[in-house]
Amino acid sequence: MHSSGIPIWFFIGILLTAYGALIFGYGLYELSTGTMAVPNYHASIWWGALMLVLGLFYDLRFRPGRNG
Amino acid sequence: MYGLVPLPVAAGLRHSAAALLSLSAPSLAHLSLLDIAVIAIYFVMVIWIGFYLKGQANTSEEFFMAGREMTAWIAGLSFVSANLGSLELMGWAGSAYQYGILAAHWYWVGAIPAMLFLGMVMMPFYYVCKTHSVPGYLKLRYGQGSSTVAAVSFAFMTVLMSGVNMFAMAEVMKIVLGWDLNFSIIVSSLAVAAYVALGGLRSAIFNEVLQFVLIWGGALLVPILGLIETGGWTGFKARLAHNIADGVTPAGDYTHMWRSMGHFADNPMGIHWTGILFGLGFAISFGYWTTDFLVVQRVLAANSLRSARLAPVIGSFFKMAVPFIVILPGLLGLVVLQNTDGSLMHLVGENVVAAHPGAGLHSYNEVLPLMMVRYLGPGLLGLGITALIAGFMSGMAGNVSAFTAIFTYDIYQPHIVKHARDEHYVLVGRIVTVVGVVISIGAAYLVMNAAGIMDYVQALFSFFISPLLGVVLLGMFWKRATKAGGFWGLLMGTLTSIGLWAWVKADPSALRYVAISPDAKDMAENMYRALWSVTTSVGVNVIVSMFTKPRPMAELAGVVYGATPLPTEEPVPYYKNEWFWTAIAVVIFLALNIYFW
Repeated sequence: MHSSGIPIWFFIGILLTAYGALIFGYGLYELSTGTMAVPNYHASIWWGALMLVLGLFYDLRFRPGRNG
Repeated sequence: MYGLVPLPVAAGLRHSAAALLSLSAPSLAHLSLLDIAVIAIYFVMVIWIGFYLKGQANTSEEFFMAGREMTAWIAGLSFVSANLGSLELMGWAGSAYQYGILAAHWYWVGAIPAMLFLGMVMMPFYYVCKTHSVPGYLKLRYGQGSSTVAAVSFAFMTVLMSGVNMFAMAEVMKIVLGWDLNFSIIVSSLAVAAYVALGGLRSAIFNEVLQFVLIWGGALLVPILGLIETGGWTGFKARLAHNIADGVTPAGDYTHMWRSMGHFADNPMGIHWTGILFGLGFAISFGYWTTDFLVVQRVLAANSLRSARLAPVIGSFFKMAVPFIVILPGLLGLVVLQNTDGSLMHLVGENVVAAHPGAGLHSYNEVLPLMMVRYLGPGLLGLGITALIAGFMSGMAGNVSAFTAIFTYDIYQPHIVKHARDEHYVLVGRIVTVVGVVISIGAAYLVMNAAGIMDYVQALFSFFISPLLGVVLLGMFWKRATKAGGFWGLLMGTLTSIGLWAWVKADPSALRYVAISPDAKDMAENMYRALWSVTTSVGVNVIVSMFTKPRPMAELAGVVYGATPLPTEEPVPYYKNEWFWTAIAVVIFLALNIYFW
């Protein structure tokens, strides 16, 4: 949007990266301790990992200063 | 926005308010430290965005119209997000639990044709005349009188709705998490005031896009996990049929949209297909999606005519997908929600919950939070709750930013200070934003202490939108429509709506005349009232216009079809062409309706 500024997609990337890392990390902890809180098919792991990957992609793709 | 919230939600919030204020409702969920961290990160992010965008909101065009720099994707996501508030999510999920997939009508026939019509047919006129608002268009087409009437009524409605959102968020946080009402109102209003006053419309749009991602990230898991548990759509239908056969779920057709619409008495909503198709599919949805400034403002901020036309088309694809995260969880709730003893949970109406305090009953409107609690563990639950918070805050911010633009451009500038420097209007905009939030807080406490007002707010919204549609459509597509025709059409359409509403309020049996059937129920009233209202608006406009002097053709350039040379756009490959994507959207829309016929 603003070629010289920070695009919205970068903010979204940061948010997804932070959430993905937290939720994926917790999912691994749950797996290692065997204390899954709800019958959610290890959703914290795969959903957290998906958000983390998407977030990192957006961070790199839309980082400030990168054109396009 | 609030006008598309199902009726039971308003009534439900009223009952819940009474329960909450007596502090008798236990919370549904308990947050872990991880969940709280997820919510805190969201608040840090929105404030960061507000401060960052402060430097890009220096002129009135930047502050009120986001510099008209939004890409089609950003404008499109913001456009659809403006109608994806948490009131809608929770309300329609509850309606799906209660009425089945009929609730999806509000997302498909009640939205898609209107969104595509806005993009393909109406947007060129809004965009070419460079209006900053819908009342601004009325001023160009019909003169100051109609514009001021529309601006004042809209400004009044937006701050009221912002207050309703604020109260609703506080109430939901109380139900789900046990948070104090005052705490939720103060935190949310401070955050909204900060980021809208700092960054203007651009900040509101950024946060709507953020909200859009959060809602999908936080809510999409619920139907996915629900379908895994039930064995897919086929498995769900089998379990539902089994429950109905066993008598544990009320009998009814929960999975078809049109086949029970032949008569008012054939479906639990008490609606006929004519009401859905013409009342909802035309009078209400076209009124909302094409003339409500809250949503149109997002598209007007697009960076080109092509982007402005593509934005509603992009929005329509996501709108068609929303039932997956709203309607489906409500349906799945019918078969997967269980009490602590393992028996099937039965959700009930808010009046039943209010009549049995302490019985541990849950209302239809709580189905979405209940499904989140069922499927989402620590962290993911925080994400789901953050999505709801973001939806509410976005609803507030959307209303406040629209209020600010309408007040400054359509009330303050033409009537109070006509010729001031640009900086003056930006300063007024920032001050009005804060004032708008303060009035919203007042409205929130008003609703809290006199919750019956919620019903009236919803009715008020419907009074103005449908007549406005009649006036805008005729103004845009009929050169003969005159200033007097527009004014009287708007006025008589509004009075018709108010009159019919008051008639049914005073004598509920009058519904049989308004909706043309003794079997009609509350939801049908809204649809037929909107239909009569737009019909009156158009009829009066036509009759008065025929007897009054039309404006010269030269004055209509840029605002009326046939008098406006539309700019030719650069040819693009078919996959970037708005007509191509409109055709795809139409095919998917028809396919969905046929599949779930």
